[in-house]
Amino acid sequence: MTINWGALGIVAVVSLVVGVLVVVLVSLALVGLSAHEPAHVSEPAEETLVIGRGGSGLSLSHAAGTVVAAVCLLGAATIVLYGIYLLAF
Amino acid sequence: MDITVIIVLVIVTALAFDFTNGFHDTANAVATSIATGALKPRTAVLIAGVLNLVGAFLSVQVAKTISSGLVDDTKITPTVIFAGLVGAIVWNLLTWLVGMPSSSSHALIGGLIGATWVAAGADAVKFAGLVGKVLLPAVLAPIIAGMIALIATFLAYRITARGGQRTVTKGFKLGQIVSGSMVALAHGTNDAQKTMGVITLTLITAGVLPAEAGPPFWVILSSGLAIAVGTYVGGWRIIQTLGMRVSTIETPQGFAAGTSTATVILTSSHLGFPLSTTQVATGSIFGAGTARGVASVRWGIGGQVAVAWLLTLPTAAAFGAVAAWMAATGPLGTIIVLLVLVGVAGGIYAASRRRPVTADNINDLQARSQQADIARRDDEDIAA
Repeated sequence: MTINWGALGIVAVVSLVVGVLVVVLVSLALVGLSAHEPAHVSEPAEETLVIGRGGSGLSLSHAAGTVVAAVCLLGAATIVLYGIYLLAF
Repeated sequence: MDITVIIVLVIVTALAFDFTNGFHDTANAVATSIATGALKPRTAVLIAGVLNLVGAFLSVQVAKTISSGLVDDTKITPTVIFAGLVGAIVWNLLTWLVGMPSSSSHALIGGLIGATWVAAGADAVKFAGLVGKVLLPAVLAPIIAGMIALIATFLAYRITARGGQRTVTKGFKLGQIVSGSMVALAHGTNDAQKTMGVITLTLITAGVLPAEAGPPFWVILSSGLAIAVGTYVGGWRIIQTLGMRVSTIETPQGFAAGTSTATVILTSSHLGFPLSTTQVATGSIFGAGTARGVASVRWGIGGQVAVAWLLTLPTAAAFGAVAAWMAATGPLGTIIVLLVLVGVAGGIYAASRRRPVTADNINDLQARSQQADIARRDDEDIAA
């Protein structure tokens, strides 16, 4: 009986790195896109609007949020496309 | 029995197995998307079905026989393959009835081993190969996928904690659709190839195709269609177990679980260490659930799933062995096996209608599960 422990180790490490990377990239992109979310009252008692903060204390401008989201989504999309490439070829 | 009749019988049975493989494994791709409401149930299974069909055409590699390294290929006859398929189908239907996600590949391997053992003796079974190809992956696949999903879910919650709730939820739902689609595509490629391999091996054995021949177009098409239709029919009971009974899944968890599943399957397939899609998907969902607290996972379900995995190989082997023993008695025995299979399948379907789980009522359990979750958290808050 021979078990290819090397291949198994690579599967675990590569899957961990790629899987976590995709989730982190998408998460960051969503944080960036949150800058576009309509502002709302952050504390009901304060009755003040928190503009461009995604309604949750995020201090990214619309432009910066868009750039972060675009870069992160591009990275995630590249990984997904590479996955499809692996499937097909 | 005429060899042509046997070949037709094997092809029809292989496609029937492919169909059960499809609806048994639908949950792997769509369970979390349905659970979080990222997709409506019917839409989810339609997308998964189409992508399974596309996946069947994606790979240009010759379909490899699943028996490779596990049984002596020279001892396999079309009748043995038929008996092995019968064992796998019966196990798939039984586990579907009780809503347990178990590996269709392991069921097929078990069925073939049992049938080969009865038809050609224990020497024809390579038990050493079982450890590396079945037992070890069965233990490691859910652990690896679960760890990845756990870490990814933890990070997803931490990173998006300061993001806008509406954008985050909507974004993760879209991400779930993409990751679930990748799983469906990979499933179509991997699992449809198994059926193609079985049918091609049968045709080669019968001299219809030359040795080393690849699967003809009609074999690829029929295998792809069978798994796609099976996927569209939807194994709602297993979807219910994975999507709603294991834990109350939120969108970051669903996305992390789907991404973990897709990544592990693609990486392992590409690096030559294929793992069971079902076990990877199940491990991912448990890992993603655990990230929100160990108590948020219903570990009793995990125990039931583990028992189902332990029983898959020996039980499918026992069914395959009985089928091979009966089929070896001659044409009448083969016909009896076929009739018993049809009868068992009909009986299981009839039993399933007593408590039907369909696209129309699957979300009812989800709502009850969420209410129970909220009540549990309230109790914990009061206790604190």
